[in-house]
Amino acid sequence: MSNFIQGLLRLKRGPWGLVATILIALGVFMLMQPFVMWGFTYSFITTLIGTVMFIIVSHFPE
Amino acid sequence: MGHLTTGKLCQMTETPLTRAANATPPSVARKIKGLSDRAIAWIFVGPTIFLLLAINIFPLIWTINLSFTNFRANRPNREVEYVGLRNYERILTDTDIWLNMQATAHFLFWTIVLQVLIGFTLAYLINKKFKGNDLWTTIIVLPMMLSPAVVGNFWKFLYQPQIGLFNYIVAFFTGKDPSSFEMLGQVNLAPWSIVIVDTWMWTPFVMLICLAGLRSIPDYIYEAAEIDRASKWRQFWTITVPMVMPFLMLAVLFRGIENFKMFDLVVQLTGGGPGSTTELTSINLKREAFEKWRTGYASAYAIILFVTVFGLASIYVKALNKVKER
Repeated sequence: MSNFIQGLLRLKRGPWGLVATILIALGVFMLMQPFVMWGFTYSFITTLIGTVMFIIVSHFPE
Repeated sequence: MGHLTTGKLCQMTETPLTRAANATPPSVARKIKGLSDRAIAWIFVGPTIFLLLAINIFPLIWTINLSFTNFRANRPNREVEYVGLRNYERILTDTDIWLNMQATAHFLFWTIVLQVLIGFTLAYLINKKFKGNDLWTTIIVLPMMLSPAVVGNFWKFLYQPQIGLFNYIVAFFTGKDPSSFEMLGQVNLAPWSIVIVDTWMWTPFVMLICLAGLRSIPDYIYEAAEIDRASKWRQFWTITVPMVMPFLMLAVLFRGIENFKMFDLVVQLTGGGPGSTTELTSINLKREAFEKWRTGYASAYAIILFVTVFGLASIYVKALNKVKER
């Protein structure tokens, strides 16, 4: 866990990529889930942030 | 005579490169000689980049721009107003679109699960050497070669409650009356009817990709496992599955993206009905864009779908690279 936080602080690709991936997956799940309407409403912004983050962090050092 | 012989000799030793150089008009050749390698590379790549910009990038930027307006393509002379994020807000608070997304999720999830399971099983069986192996491969692959419009139409007949073969087969196994249920007309059955047809049509595709994966595993790995007395079950889980995994993931990526934008097959089968139970997002998007002519709204809708597919594809490519590295 501390390695993960260290990686985030040092702007490493691995942990930031993981955060972006989780955001995208969460966004897609929120978009298609049948449980709560607010999940659907905020799904796009979650996916968008995740996708943009994914593109940016793929240029971070390993 | 001597001249002719020399000419023939020259022709014999001519390579495609020298032939191309000789065919270049002298005026063009003079101009090219003065260019750097980088400039020549740009001349070759330029048309492709131009086409990419004109066909992909420009429409994407234009769609993003339209998504913030109230533009209607059937009223080109009307003044276009910028409405900010209102289109996005309306889409993301619309319960009907939420239901369409759920219908798409149901279709996507079940088609991928069934196609991967059946496709992999078929590939595993076909990979075993037996008599008539090639014939069976050809027969299994046939549905994939048909047009979705044709498939949609003939499955419509197969699903007919009075004359449809599908209903009679189900009736044979369950003992129900064939005309007591309607696959395309009942709210609870219609989503499954499109899943069945898509699975029937596209399982061969997954099977072919899995077969390529299975055939790429060298025999010596299994032989080494046999020497180590590994059971068939263990060989399957520690050799076959990990080595086929990149291929399987590729198949899931292709089918996932294709099914997310599924249109033709479902339009032919159910037209989105009954009600809107099988109205997938692409069908709804088409209705908004070309039946209701709400171009700005439809553009925002398309951008939402695009970001979703793009995000998913990014994760997927990353996962694929990780699997390949192992």
